[in-house]
Amino acid sequence: MGTRHENSGVWLMTYKTDLPVMLPVTPRSPEPFAGFKPKHIVIIAALVILGPSLAFAQVGAPILTPFAVLLDWMPLLLEGFIFNLVISVSAMALGTAVGAMLGLGQISLLRVTRGTSWFVTQFFRNAPWLVLLFFAMFLLPFEIKIFGLVVPLPDWFKAILGLSLPVMANVSEIVRGAVKSLPSGQWEAAESLAYSRQQTLWLIILPQCVKRMLPPWMNLYSILTMATVLASIVGVSEVMTLTAQALAAEGGRPELLAPFYGFVLLLFFAYCYPIARFTVWLEKKFAVIN
Amino acid sequence: MSWTPADPMVSIKDVHKSFGDLKVLNGVSLDVMKGDVICIIGPSGSGKSTLIRCVNALNDIQQGSILVEGQEVNDPNLDKLELRKKVGMVFQQYNLFPHKTALQNVMMAPVRVLKQDKAKAEAKARALLERVRLKDKENAYPGELSGGQQQRVAIARSLAMNPDVILFDEVTAALDPETVGEVLQTIKDLAEDGMTCILVTHEMAFAQEVADHIYFTDRGVIVEHGPPETFFKKAKDPRTKEFLSQIL
Repeated sequence: MGTRHENSGVWLMTYKTDLPVMLPVTPRSPEPFAGFKPKHIVIIAALVILGPSLAFAQVGAPILTPFAVLLDWMPLLLEGFIFNLVISVSAMALGTAVGAMLGLGQISLLRVTRGTSWFVTQFFRNAPWLVLLFFAMFLLPFEIKIFGLVVPLPDWFKAILGLSLPVMANVSEIVRGAVKSLPSGQWEAAESLAYSRQQTLWLIILPQCVKRMLPPWMNLYSILTMATVLASIVGVSEVMTLTAQALAAEGGRPELLAPFYGFVLLLFFAYCYPIARFTVWLEKKFAVIN
Repeated sequence: MSWTPADPMVSIKDVHKSFGDLKVLNGVSLDVMKGDVICIIGPSGSGKSTLIRCVNALNDIQQGSILVEGQEVNDPNLDKLELRKKVGMVFQQYNLFPHKTALQNVMMAPVRVLKQDKAKAEAKARALLERVRLKDKENAYPGELSGGQQQRVAIARSLAMNPDVILFDEVTAALDPETVGEVLQTIKDLAEDGMTCILVTHEMAFAQEVADHIYFTDRGVIVEHGPPETFFKKAKDPRTKEFLSQIL
């Protein structure tokens, strides 16, 4: 009548049935954003931005509609958003470079290197991003002297350093995980062909890891991009700071809040959503190959 | 005393090896002469694979001596890379590099490790693929090849390093029955060409046909050994008899 499940000891019924309700349920594979189409974004955008404007228009006030105000500020906000992207790309580049080295350190044959890399990774991976950002902001001097030359350290530069710390720790784990996920047979085959450890790593192991690392790495980038607004708390003139300043300059009119912050949300969505889609596509593609 | 071709190519003496508390090899000794084909058979977990993995230092040993062309493998100062240039190995799971084509798999080590000229290595790799009857699969990736084809590429890859001896670790165990034959034929060709081979195998008919000497291991020791004709027909030890009765 049935078989006992190996691990759980639960009896699995395997008899035949004509009743569909008796059949085991196979959940549909989760398809993120299934049925979500670009036109929906347009509709949401229209509601967020135009909604308050329409409501306002019905009041018949003589001052500018919220949409017109937003239109005036848009170039500045866009500039701020581009600054967010600059911060995200720079922090990602820096975090990836250092994190990759840290990740390789975690698989080093030297105990000291391995232990230190592990500790640094765990420490920064389990620290709140905002706290790291504050540390970078307030512990780094505003200028440094190199050979008598005074180099200023602007806020945005410190923000990049601060945000690159959690990126570094996460990249380190991505690298370590990808290397560990390869079958040990790959190492053994390379060893038996007299490849040195360095050669094995760079010619055999890491090229295979790139595919495995790409999706989580892109996820991380998406998260980082959205986290760049944290820099507004420490006074960097990115999109959130500028939005707040624009609202203040408009006299803090409450009907402007939704269009302005809605616009910021849309900017991030328009940038991060395609990355998320591309990541899903990559994951599927690699799953098929493997 | 330097090694001469008249000495055993691989000489294993009283080798002990354990993984933690588990004793896997319990005093194994055997000699392999140049051009010999020896087969190691025995029940699962009897230490066959571990034994040959010790020969190219993939596993270290705790006690005893393994000499490969006079070079001591059980030596903390062993130059493993030099040893592995002399000892090739083919695995049960093929372990081809999936991001490289068949041709690249074969020619990569000669170019990168032996620093051979690229054009020369490529010509040789093509010849080797032809020898294992895979000339038309040069540009295929491992994922596009059948198990038997992958295993033959793995053999060609090992041959490209010009080893003096090749270790075969249950190379047909993961294959579909219909592709076992093509791999065994390839090994047989090698044996006929005079390559020194150490095989761990469950293919008794094959062992009987190609081996010069059969070793039967159980629980970390060699229980019985001899040339195939006497080993298979006149086994003396009860454990050997029991094992043979179960599989023949």
